[in-house]
Amino acid sequence: MSENTAGQSALVRVEGVEKVFHRGAEDIHVLSQLNLEVPAGQFLALMGPSGSGKSTLLNLIGGLDRPTQGTVHVGGDRLDTLSDRALAAWRARHVGFVFQLYNLIPVLTAERNVELPLLLTPLSPAERRKHVATALAVVGLSHRAKHYPRTLSGGEQQRVGIARGIVTDPTLLLCDEPTGDLDRKAGDEVLNLLQALNREQGKTIVMVTHDPHASARAARTVYLNKGRLTNEPEQ
Amino acid sequence: MRFLHLIWGNLTRKKLRTALTLLTVLVAFVLFGFLSAIRQALVGGVELAGADRLIVRHKVSIIQLLPVAYQARMERIPGVAAAVHQTWFGGIYQDPKNFFMQSPVVPAEFMAMYPEFILPPEQMRAWLATRTGAIVGRKTAERFHWKIGDRIPIMSPIWMRKTWEFDLVGIFDGRDKGTDTTALYFRYDYFDEVRQTQNWGQGLVGWYTIRVKDPAQAADTARRVDEEFANSPAETKTEPEGAFVQAWANQVGNITLIVAGILGAVFFTILLVTGSTMSQAVRERIGELGVLKAIGFTNGQVLGLVLAESCLLTVLGGGLGLGLAWLIIARGDPTGGLLPMFFLPGRDLLLGFGLSLALGLVTGLLPARQATRLRVADALRRL
Ligand SMILES: Nc1ncnc2c1ncn2[C@@H]1O[C@H](COP(=O)(O)OP(=O)(O)O)[C@@H](O)[C@H]1O
Ligand SMILES: [Mg+2]
Repeated sequence: MSENTAGQSALVRVEGVEKVFHRGAEDIHVLSQLNLEVPAGQFLALMGPSGSGKSTLLNLIGGLDRPTQGTVHVGGDRLDTLSDRALAAWRARHVGFVFQLYNLIPVLTAERNVELPLLLTPLSPAERRKHVATALAVVGLSHRAKHYPRTLSGGEQQRVGIARGIVTDPTLLLCDEPTGDLDRKAGDEVLNLLQALNREQGKTIVMVTHDPHASARAARTVYLNKGRLTNEPEQ
Repeated sequence: MRFLHLIWGNLTRKKLRTALTLLTVLVAFVLFGFLSAIRQALVGGVELAGADRLIVRHKVSIIQLLPVAYQARMERIPGVAAAVHQTWFGGIYQDPKNFFMQSPVVPAEFMAMYPEFILPPEQMRAWLATRTGAIVGRKTAERFHWKIGDRIPIMSPIWMRKTWEFDLVGIFDGRDKGTDTTALYFRYDYFDEVRQTQNWGQGLVGWYTIRVKDPAQAADTARRVDEEFANSPAETKTEPEGAFVQAWANQVGNITLIVAGILGAVFFTILLVTGSTMSQAVRERIGELGVLKAIGFTNGQVLGLVLAESCLLTVLGGGLGLGLAWLIIARGDPTGGLLPMFFLPGRDLLLGFGLSLALGLVTGLLPARQATRLRVADALRRL
């Protein structure tokens, strides 16, 4: 069990982060003076009401967006000062994303979807095929490799999404409501998979969810409310 | 290219829409190819015209005749290397639809003036030895399946209103692809002898071709020729062969301008059709483009994907269209003889390919920019 992560260095360090969106003349303060550390190898659940800024925070950690103020460190890299181009390269190398709606490319087969992140690496086609096969085996979908997304069930699509997230073997896996669109059984399968990835492969996982059943699988849960993080849900 | 299956997948996502757009582009490029061939047929001779050749015609119009005695006077003018004459025969072979040009010429000097006509030496000797002999270009010989030794009856409504018979002694080829090999040439001495017996039109010719000694002095030489015959009953107008061919073609209208106008309108339409297809295609998959960016695709790579898709569409449509045009055009002159140099020049084929690529870039650029400007976080929210 990797519950006890005390003493390990933080893989993710968010310090003094502010995030303000502008909608017309209106300023929306989503995150204020937010601090978060995620030790390497931790499975963290991030909960909070809808619109509380969970996705916003996840995007900052994943280098999809920049904070209005404050710093975001992941591994040895400071993300908030990187250029678009450098961020794209950083994402390709260090992070895997899993989205609520699977977000597979409908015109590509499962294996071609999984292969996408590898197209950005210098791997040869044969090496890419090997990595794809491994990732699909991990999620238990080797037999679905040639299937198009629309012929797969929701749970299967999400597992393909996870395979795509881990195919480059990133240290950090960011999941935004990965079970939000799935029924209980399919959701459990996905959670089992994430848990296994965390325990057996040591992946650091940050998972946004509003499902207590999902957060129960994580080693630690933090709550986002009114722009701040707490260790207990607000009553 | 490792992204090819992704580009292809995107292109074939909406099969009907892609097929229709492809068809539109294809039709436009068939038209482009066809109009190029017509333009080539009508004004292509301008480029092939000898830079050292001038055409001398009657000042009033090309159908007015000039004395054959002008030839010797022209050759005495400084700057003139040689002069030969031709005369419009206007003959009909079997049916007026079977149009091709015929002209009486003086064989040796004529062939020396037009080195682009290639005639085997023994056929040339036969022509010199046969008073009623004629030579014909390869195209017309093949068109009517004529062989050397055939007797060719040609009815001239202008000259004697009778059917003339010529002995085919030679078939000439063109040196260049664009060389006109549709005409038939027969001997002037035979022609004039018949005119003398009827005492009608003898000693008159249609127009002259002059070779100048120095192309740089062509304008001066032309002026001197016209001065020589000024204030005579048959004044002349001398111009470069290219200008003469151009004027001939311009009887139909300013071909190049007409062709450019039609193609401009067509390509503007294509631009709108393809452009709207592409921007629709991009708008539909904003979310997917966001996913690609999240995975680590750079803005440049996303731009490249969209541009590659639009270029693939237009180059495919353009290539198929040009290919189809080429096949149709290769079947020959659709007018049955009015367009002797009807073919699709390689230069226009290349231009067409360039145009199809440019079309892809232009139509893809706006949607591609839209795709790049998209912030990842925003794109993902739009799923
Ligand atoms: N790009 C944006 N522009 C304007 N407002 C935004 C943008 N992204 C998020 N927001 C706003 O920020 C708040 C938090 O959004 P989000 O992080 O998606 O919430 P959650 O994921 O917790 O449901 C919401 O009020 C949302 O409307
Ligand atoms: Mg969210």
